[in-house]
Amino acid sequence: MKLIKFFLFGVYFGVVLVKAEVVSWFRIQEMFYFQSVHMYGIIGSAVVIGALSVFLIRTFGIRSVEGEEIKLAAKPFNKVGNLAGGIVFGLGWALVGACPGPLYALIGAGYWSVLIALAGAFAGVVTYGYAKPHLPH
Amino acid sequence: MIDAITGPWPWWISGPLLGLMVPLLLLLANKQFGVSSSLQHICAAVLPVRKAKYFNYDWKASMWSIVLVAGVVVGAAIAVLFLNGDAAPEVSSSARELFASWGLSSPEALQPAEIFGTSALSSPAALVILIGGGFLVGFGARYANGCTSGHAIMGLSLLSVGSLVAVIGFFIGGLAMAHLILPYIVSLL
Repeated sequence: MKLIKFFLFGVYFGVVLVKAEVVSWFRIQEMFYFQSVHMYGIIGSAVVIGALSVFLIRTFGIRSVEGEEIKLAAKPFNKVGNLAGGIVFGLGWALVGACPGPLYALIGAGYWSVLIALAGAFAGVVTYGYAKPHLPH
Repeated sequence: MIDAITGPWPWWISGPLLGLMVPLLLLLANKQFGVSSSLQHICAAVLPVRKAKYFNYDWKASMWSIVLVAGVVVGAAIAVLFLNGDAAPEVSSSARELFASWGLSSPEALQPAEIFGTSALSSPAALVILIGGGFLVGFGARYANGCTSGHAIMGLSLLSVGSLVAVIGFFIGGLAMAHLILPYIVSLL
């Protein structure tokens, strides 16, 4: 039953992703052509809220609602993996105009052909899973 | 008030609302925000891939991530059904000119029908965009160990160097695709 709250977080995130228009292929192209502040403003202000939250939690030692110490850990720095993986991700982001959150959201929004894109994403993840031992990180 | 919610949201409203995912998850659930790991967990849960070490782990411990993305699907449906979520984005006039130069009709919904409409499925170029784009997003997100949410929003909020490198990668790849390759693929639609 603890999982219900995650479902509700997801519902909130899905509503905001769509209304923010960050799921729109048009908005992604507009971003990569530097033709509007829209996407940069969204990502920038989201990071400001996130960073402020992390700062306040660290500074005041704020605990979670269940009284636990909040775990804050940056992901490990993999020079090659972060950059090469990031470039591959960027190629896909600009092509299909959606990152993982929006892929899920677009299906809920009724864009059924995105099921094919999501199947492609799973194929990409499976390929990575098998290729991982042979790739530089 | 209703008009303000069903109308287009300015970036300075929607950006902070997206950023709120970080404290929501940390304070109410003690989890760090990220979406793309759900792809790995779903593969581990439903596909016969457990021979690969990458998928051989206790995915049930990450059930929360799968439940969260199920919520995203429902939330997006709510936005479209009740909050006018499929309205055409008010892109800039220079973006309109760009789309017209690519032979696309001007935005009438979130997505261009020439690529995302069901009738576009007969176009090989549209299939390349959907399948190829999805594949690169999935492969790249896991190779980079995070996507726009885990690296750009959560990672940058933690001032993580690795996340900054990943985000720089996102833009190197994105700019190359959007400027060098995509115009050619779109011309084949």
